[in-house]
Amino acid sequence: MELNSRIPDGLNSRIPDGPIENKWEKHKFDLKLVNPANKRKYKVLVVGSGLAGGAAAASMAELGYEVECFCYQDSPRRAHSIAAQGGINAAKNYHNDGDSVRRLFYDTVKGGDFRAREANVHRLAEVSNNIIDQCVAQGVPFAREYGGLLDNRSFGGAQVSRTFYARGQTGQQLLLGAYQALERQIGLGAVKMFPRHEMLELIVVDGVAKGIVTRNMVTGAVESHVADAVCLATGGYGNVFYLSTNAKGCNGTAIWRAYKKGAAFANPCFTQIHPTCIPVTGDHQSKLTLMSESLRNDGRIWVPKRKEDCGKPASQIPEEDRDYYLERKYPSYGNLAPRDISSRAAKQACDEGRGIGATGRGVYLDFEASIKRLGQNKIEERYGNLFEMYERITDENPYKTPMRIYPASHYTMGGLWVDYNLMSTIPGLFVLGEANFSDHGANRLGASALMQGLADGYFVIPYTIGGYLASIKPGSRIKVDDPVVKATEQSVSGQINRLFSIQGKQTPDYFHRELGKVMWEYSGMGRTEAGLKKALELIPQIREEFWHNLRLPGAGEEVNQALETAGRVADFLEIGELLCLDALNRRESCGAHFREEWQTGDGEALRDDENFCHVAAWEYKGDGNAPVRHTEALSFESLHLATRNYK
Amino acid sequence: MSKHLNLTLHVWRQKNATCDGKFVEYPAENISPDMSFLEMLDIVNEGLIRKGEDPITFDHDCREGICGTCSMVINGRPHGPKERTTTCQLHMRSFKDGESITLEPWRAEAFPVLKDLMVDRGALDRIIAAGGFVSVPTGSAQDANALPIPKENAELAMDAAACIGCGACVAACPNASAMLFLSAKVSQLSLLPQGQPERYTRVRDMVAQMDAEEFGTCTNHGECEIACPKGIKMENIARMNRDFIKASLTYRPAVAGGGGAG
Amino acid sequence: MSVAEQSIAGAEARGHGFMASSVGRKVVMAGTGIILFGFVTVHMIGNTQAYMGAETFNAYAKFLHSMLHGGGIWIFRAVLLAATGLHIWSAVTLTLDNRAARPVGYRAQQNVASTWASRTMRWSGVILAAFIVYHLMHLTIGNAHPNFDHANPYANFVNGFKVPAAAGFYIVAQLCLGLHMWHGVWSVTQTLGLSHPRYDSLRRNFATGLTVLVVGVNITYPLAVLTGFIR
Repeated sequence: MELNSRIPDGLNSRIPDGPIENKWEKHKFDLKLVNPANKRKYKVLVVGSGLAGGAAAASMAELGYEVECFCYQDSPRRAHSIAAQGGINAAKNYHNDGDSVRRLFYDTVKGGDFRAREANVHRLAEVSNNIIDQCVAQGVPFAREYGGLLDNRSFGGAQVSRTFYARGQTGQQLLLGAYQALERQIGLGAVKMFPRHEMLELIVVDGVAKGIVTRNMVTGAVESHVADAVCLATGGYGNVFYLSTNAKGCNGTAIWRAYKKGAAFANPCFTQIHPTCIPVTGDHQSKLTLMSESLRNDGRIWVPKRKEDCGKPASQIPEEDRDYYLERKYPSYGNLAPRDISSRAAKQACDEGRGIGATGRGVYLDFEASIKRLGQNKIEERYGNLFEMYERITDENPYKTPMRIYPASHYTMGGLWVDYNLMSTIPGLFVLGEANFSDHGANRLGASALMQGLADGYFVIPYTIGGYLASIKPGSRIKVDDPVVKATEQSVSGQINRLFSIQGKQTPDYFHRELGKVMWEYSGMGRTEAGLKKALELIPQIREEFWHNLRLPGAGEEVNQALETAGRVADFLEIGELLCLDALNRRESCGAHFREEWQTGDGEALRDDENFCHVAAWEYKGDGNAPVRHTEALSFESLHLATRNYK
Repeated sequence: MSKHLNLTLHVWRQKNATCDGKFVEYPAENISPDMSFLEMLDIVNEGLIRKGEDPITFDHDCREGICGTCSMVINGRPHGPKERTTTCQLHMRSFKDGESITLEPWRAEAFPVLKDLMVDRGALDRIIAAGGFVSVPTGSAQDANALPIPKENAELAMDAAACIGCGACVAACPNASAMLFLSAKVSQLSLLPQGQPERYTRVRDMVAQMDAEEFGTCTNHGECEIACPKGIKMENIARMNRDFIKASLTYRPAVAGGGGAG
Repeated sequence: MSVAEQSIAGAEARGHGFMASSVGRKVVMAGTGIILFGFVTVHMIGNTQAYMGAETFNAYAKFLHSMLHGGGIWIFRAVLLAATGLHIWSAVTLTLDNRAARPVGYRAQQNVASTWASRTMRWSGVILAAFIVYHLMHLTIGNAHPNFDHANPYANFVNGFKVPAAAGFYIVAQLCLGLHMWHGVWSVTQTLGLSHPRYDSLRRNFATGLTVLVVGVNITYPLAVLTGFIR
């Protein structure tokens, strides 16, 4: 069965008119308002409780909307935003080093290799300052200088110090700020919280999002929740690579179900590989641990110049035999080159046989020079907890021997397509934070994910949701016993029963690992047409085997972690395919998407602005049918479309 | 390269909150010392699934020691034998070949067991909801640098704010008290100027919620401090007690403000 | 279970007063603990006059009984009785709460930071309570004394400790007092929030010093009698 296309070619991004500096201001004024007395008559569901979801749920409840918030974790405080280490960008220019909203805007667009929407990025840069103010007021203990004012550090892809941080736990502190605001609303009865609830389907009535179906992960009950609008803030799909820096529970199920209900999925191939993670140690590896990019402020990255030296301890390799390859290739940014560039450079060095460590997939991140220059105390003050973590995991002391690092899947710039209001192609379905595609283009700069999540949650959705809700008659919500709701609920139960009925031999994790190997091999840091085609052959095979040979223990009406994993893996097996399809169709290299066929003589990404200066948004056409690729042209009115150069 | 380990696990198995539980023995064979503790359990679980048995349920998520989800008592110690380390960051190199390992859930009246090693820690969220915040609605903040904060206070607040809410302090406390958890949040906000307006109502409300959740009380054993994977100090409890006493001495019932600005 | 299903109300709404709250009762315990430790310390200092002979000691006893026209000692006794009562009340209710807070224990319980003293506070407390009753019957009321003479406290003191069992119980009780004080004094500073990172190491040392002094001196009394140093 073919669905009718709801998505017009040349998607309407609803970007306001006028000069870029005034668009958001103007739009906020143009948005319709909901009468304060009417706000409580509207119910909004927020799925996910990280920076975007937590901030959105709290802020909308403060405005007076009835909010229900869902998360798969046992507490909203555990969303994976908590693991962000390094910091959050803002254009405060507290350090008088030439920062401005325009510069943050420019750096972000350039960092994204001109594949992001100008208007969205400018808005992000504008509200970045409000975020810092809000978080400080909540009691987030940002690092301070002796005078009591806020401290900043530098991050990749920027030549100003604009990153605010709380030791190596910035994400944790920002999330706890949002979590506390959310808990306050829960205590006041304004938000109803549903922890250990996983969204398994979107309820769409007459093409409009009206609710979700969840599974209570304690009792196994499949339940419907109806509302006037749904906000997905469920994070990225980085776990499609199996090994990633994401939490084990992070998944793409919510956005994938929305995609299959008609929401366009934009730029799925824009996935970021983070350059500084602890290398894999063996087949048992279940996840990869990131070492904050901020370490590159004081650490120097190198490999031996000669292959023969790779087996030697670092201390026995003299200075002249070391290749500080980032400093050599990108003298002006050096060790602070953007993530995609640093990751590829590391891969290149290892491909040349100059990788270090037992597997040969690793490079050194060396603090010796900084310790000599600043003293161990200073380094300890800046990165103490990261060094401790490294030592706990590897049993090596990074004050004495250099860290070993290697790139790993980290963040997904792609996600559900949204317009300027953060609404997807399904009216009433809003998508926030990493789950949407909007602000980072083909590559995200360090310390910008926290900024985007909080911008969407605190300062964008509270305005734009009003504009949407004002168009709905208050109290016109459908009932939970509506036939559409019941049918959606039954489809979820049907899927669960189908998983149990397979009764094969293999565990859910087995299939996830198999998928991950294919994704990393063919769609990781470097992609080729042949490789992607190979992946598109292999993924359906794994999927086929999954649906014939999966083994699930126990039953659905109880705590069943294997069932949870299986449902997520089933969706990853489809997401991976779309990712590869998108990568195959984007015949250019840009940002984190590196097609080996498109590179300059010295191995840099070669963009094709003539043919690919657009967003690719995929529309689902039913199982077994090829999805349709729509495009949204990107126009750069305020900035010049320029070749990214970090040399 | 170090040798692989063979271990015997004694695991608390309990079908749900209402059933009785018991210890069941499982072998964990050919375990690499480079594995994390949870990766070892993954392997045991995959074996159980393939054999058609019910795998061991345990909470876990980020596996990098920050989300606070993982929670199990390993040989009588929450998060296992290594100090300042969560279960997910504990590696098998901390164990000896042939060792027996006993795994139990967090034990407290306030943390009902949901299944096996998984417990409900919602009580900690409700303590925060009772007062562990600064009431500052979105959009109402002043410029971030308008309020200088002495670096020392900011650092002390950060020390307290490092709490990951895992509940190991409760699990370790012979009285199942949540005072370390509570005091970390109270301390963080008491040390900062932003927390001052609600300083004394906050501590009273949070303590009241803690009591309502049926946690035990602090008898200053210090087990919490040692068990805490983030090194939260007992001096926070003292600081909280000080605030509580002051709050109780100076407490006045709220007076309803009448009328309006017509 | 969702968080929202549980009630979250302010302290007022729940009518949760200071004395009902766990921390409040801890403060009561600490406050009465200070009174009791204070008494024990003063008692120990006063009794050193036993080493100055019968006359000084009996004069001291007489002074105690004649303070404020004889009312002073009753004020003392009333305060001590109230403090003891409150101390025991808070201990009992908190212990019951703590037992209820962990209905199922661990199979492989490991104690790392807690001390034997901290874990046995309840038992050392119970022994001390029993001792106090005996001690009053022995040397204040005299009904547990072999040959009590109201007019001669010094003789009561010497004759009382000549009975090895009495001296032995006294010494055991002093050791319990030591355990109770060592954890208790430190605990008081923690409960009352008398902590500052700069003085933290002093808190432990103060507890140890005071305990050693009080218990050390107190134990010399029966030993001095038994060895014939005091006769």
